[in-house]
Amino acid sequence: MAKQYETVIGLEVHVELATKTKIFCGCSTEFGGAPNTHTCPVCTGMPGSLPVLNKQVVNYALAVGLATNCDITQYCKFDRKNYFYPDNPQNYQISQLYLPICRNGHIDIETPEGKKTIGIHEIHMEEDAGKLIHDEWEDCSLVDYNRSGVPLIEIVSEPDMRSADEVIAYLEKLRMIAQYIGASDCKLNEGSMRADVNLSVREMGAKEFGTRTEMKNLNSFKAIMHAIEGERERQIELLEAGEKVIQETRRWDDTKEYSYAMRSKEDAQDYRYFPDPDLVPVYISDEWIDEVKKSLPEFREEKMARYKAEFDIPDYDIGIITDSKHMADIFEETVAICNQPKKVSNWLMGETLRLLKEQDMDAEDIRFSPENLAKLIGLVDSKAINSSVAKEVFEAMFENDIDPEKYVDEKGLRTVNDEGALKKTVEEVIANNPQSVEDYRNGKEKAIGFLVGQTMKAMKGKADPAMVNKMLKELL
Amino acid sequence: MSAETDKGCKRMENILSYSAVELGAAIKAGKTTAVEAMEAVLESIGKKEKEINAYVTVDRERALEKAAQTQKKIEQGELTGALAGVPAAIKDNMCTAGLLTTCSSKILGNFVPTYTAEAVLNLEKAGAVVIGKTNMDEFAMGSTTETSAFGVTRNPRNTQYVPGGSSGGSAAAVAAEECFFALGSDTGGSIRQPAGFCGVVGMKPTYGTVSRYGLIAYGSSLDQIGPLAKNVADCAAVLEAITSHDEKDSTSVKRDDTDFTSALIDDVKGMRIGIPRDYFGEGLDDEVRTAVLAAADALKENGAVIEEFDLSLVEYAIPTYYTIAAAEASSNLERFDGIKYGYRTPDAEGLGLHNMYKKTRSEGFGAEVKRRIMLGSFVLSSGYYDAYYLKALKVKAMIKKAFDDAFKKYDLILGPIAPTTAPKLGESLSDPLKMYLGDIYTISVNLAGLPAISVPCGEDAKGLPIGMQLIADSFQEKKLIRAAYAYEQGRKERA
Repeated sequence: MAKQYETVIGLEVHVELATKTKIFCGCSTEFGGAPNTHTCPVCTGMPGSLPVLNKQVVNYALAVGLATNCDITQYCKFDRKNYFYPDNPQNYQISQLYLPICRNGHIDIETPEGKKTIGIHEIHMEEDAGKLIHDEWEDCSLVDYNRSGVPLIEIVSEPDMRSADEVIAYLEKLRMIAQYIGASDCKLNEGSMRADVNLSVREMGAKEFGTRTEMKNLNSFKAIMHAIEGERERQIELLEAGEKVIQETRRWDDTKEYSYAMRSKEDAQDYRYFPDPDLVPVYISDEWIDEVKKSLPEFREEKMARYKAEFDIPDYDIGIITDSKHMADIFEETVAICNQPKKVSNWLMGETLRLLKEQDMDAEDIRFSPENLAKLIGLVDSKAINSSVAKEVFEAMFENDIDPEKYVDEKGLRTVNDEGALKKTVEEVIANNPQSVEDYRNGKEKAIGFLVGQTMKAMKGKADPAMVNKMLKELL
Repeated sequence: MSAETDKGCKRMENILSYSAVELGAAIKAGKTTAVEAMEAVLESIGKKEKEINAYVTVDRERALEKAAQTQKKIEQGELTGALAGVPAAIKDNMCTAGLLTTCSSKILGNFVPTYTAEAVLNLEKAGAVVIGKTNMDEFAMGSTTETSAFGVTRNPRNTQYVPGGSSGGSAAAVAAEECFFALGSDTGGSIRQPAGFCGVVGMKPTYGTVSRYGLIAYGSSLDQIGPLAKNVADCAAVLEAITSHDEKDSTSVKRDDTDFTSALIDDVKGMRIGIPRDYFGEGLDDEVRTAVLAAADALKENGAVIEEFDLSLVEYAIPTYYTIAAAEASSNLERFDGIKYGYRTPDAEGLGLHNMYKKTRSEGFGAEVKRRIMLGSFVLSSGYYDAYYLKALKVKAMIKKAFDDAFKKYDLILGPIAPTTAPKLGESLSDPLKMYLGDIYTISVNLAGLPAISVPCGEDAKGLPIGMQLIADSFQEKKLIRAAYAYEQGRKERA
């Protein structure tokens, strides 16, 4: 019988924090922008410039640490990690090695076998590097320091995961926590969440870990799944062939669905870490911790329980809505205005999800405001517009967060409730469609549907179909 | 250059011999102008630079233009401080917007900053006018100003001798009357030792007193900017002007006792001054010993209480210092890589990234800088970090503790600045270890973050100046200024 292998996985997850300014200077962290426009002497490593810590970075790191049950290092320090590369303007990265802000945490994930606890070794704060752009045409490399100094936290797990599904569940959980806190939008495709996978295999039941590799450049959950499967197979094949796994860093190529070795442990650099003398130690008082604790939001589990108790909507809807803090916020704020949880949920579960999927967007990208969604629901409730017009208005709102009331007026979409005008149109339709009129009178009930349709068409959709139906029956 | 101003009146006589504060007062009183003073300084530079080489960069036009602008502000009553209109020299490791800032290194030979160091900005706010940038040991690494990529600076008192270092250009410029005062930086004695060798007054403030923003770092945890001047009163006035709490420097300290000129009091009665026996042992030149002990006697005559004591740990200061400073320097100097600014090897084409780094840095840095980068990289490398760097940090804490204990008993500690007077040009670089040992009396002050002042206290048989050092507890600059001022006044009377 073939040997059974167990996969052992630990993750290093980088999360870009949603501060307005960089970690050690006042430059904007905004994504995009012309190259090197969000820069200053500090984040471009000019001589004589000095870093000053952005306190909000500590607040976010603390919040994530508390939400993941970590011990807080109340006297923490920044260290320099020294290595030469042009995207790193000082040729050292300011990070934390000796005294990271959080240690010894854990979070629970759901697996088919039930709840599982994943340990968190540490969380540390650090600065991001700039971006190198290789110009093949000119045969030169250019560097953009807009991202240099953008704050990151690195969340290092224990090697507690055993499958790709557990990895995804863990990442989803981390993402949820960071998003609920508002610490990050955690978008893998934009790089605001990046995961490096440390993976080894061992024979089922073995006590010792196998030799691990580290995989980088994983930009989607799909890439992570495939890379894990591929690397597990590669390592098992090596072992089966009597060869050894080499401790190395591998880079995943998403288009080729293949990883290749970047550097082995032997040529690993000596980063010569030492405490950064330009920064003073960060002392985190009990009061500071309490303050951050108090500011922690209601997380998903608590929120789901509350929705169940407060709102009469299906569990399935609750699951989807609370999957994104942003969507849950829109839900609650809209309900607070219009007090119609079922209808708000319907708009989110129906049209919103459809458009998000159609446009390949995240729930985090929803732009319409609760006020406008509430207004739209109001317009439908008061029969000012019918349901097909409402969908049209919603699409416009989804695109540009327009005010539905103004939009309906400007486009003249309001249902015509003027009986005189409607009667005139109905009379015309009756006059112009003698065949259908006769069919109806001869007992063909269906014929009235055609007449309603003709009337709606003549009214350009701005009539209440029920009212048209009623009026037709009266006149016939 | 003409001695006549455009107004046609004769320039004040002996203007160059004025102290900074005297000049400031004369300008305020309308006896002379900022422009006249600048012209006099530039004339002096023109005469002496060939021999002294105190400056790396003098921008005459810019200096005269700034002097004229300043004079206007003084006349309009906008600038009223003690240093308004006074020409100043700046060590070339402080960034000055639009003015070449080289650290006396080839690797920054073409570097023009877009921003000005906070200390220099503070000086300019006080009305001082920058003349130019003074020569130094490359990246402040050295004790003689001979490691500069732009030639050695000579000691104005005897041009066969070094001016000391690393702020040798600043000390020489003050001594040669090529400026009225200068800023230097002190990482292990780099202000105090050249001040001693050139016969001027130099002061290193408590760590965190003067912002390091814009000071190109050597050893970040030790670097501190301070004044070099003709006398103690000038030093106090300059320190008062450059001190500030700067939010751009995380190590900057908020202080409310920075009216340093208020401590210029000719009275040391009852002051307790300790003399560490460890500073007067083997290796100290006899003439220096005699002069420094005579200074102690003079203070005693004026009512100070002098007592000998054992400071301890003195022999550990040098290895501790060279471990920490070199470690920090090895990292601080990584940014000079030929990518963003400064020198890049002309053979970069086709070399590939890492060989470009290597060649640029091999060609751009001098021997002493490379030695310290290698030393620093070694003590931080994995497997050696605990044995060297971490141990050095522990010894640093013990040295601080030894000073803390001493300051329970004494207001001040008095000792020599250096074991000898200035060495001859060319004698030091061949034996770096001997050169490092010359820092023995100054570096523990930096390790402990303390303030200290170097005051002239005599000459040796060759006519070279001897300096004495006073050290105070953290934030006790006023005690230093008071004792140094009293000593200086007494010396004037005796002369």
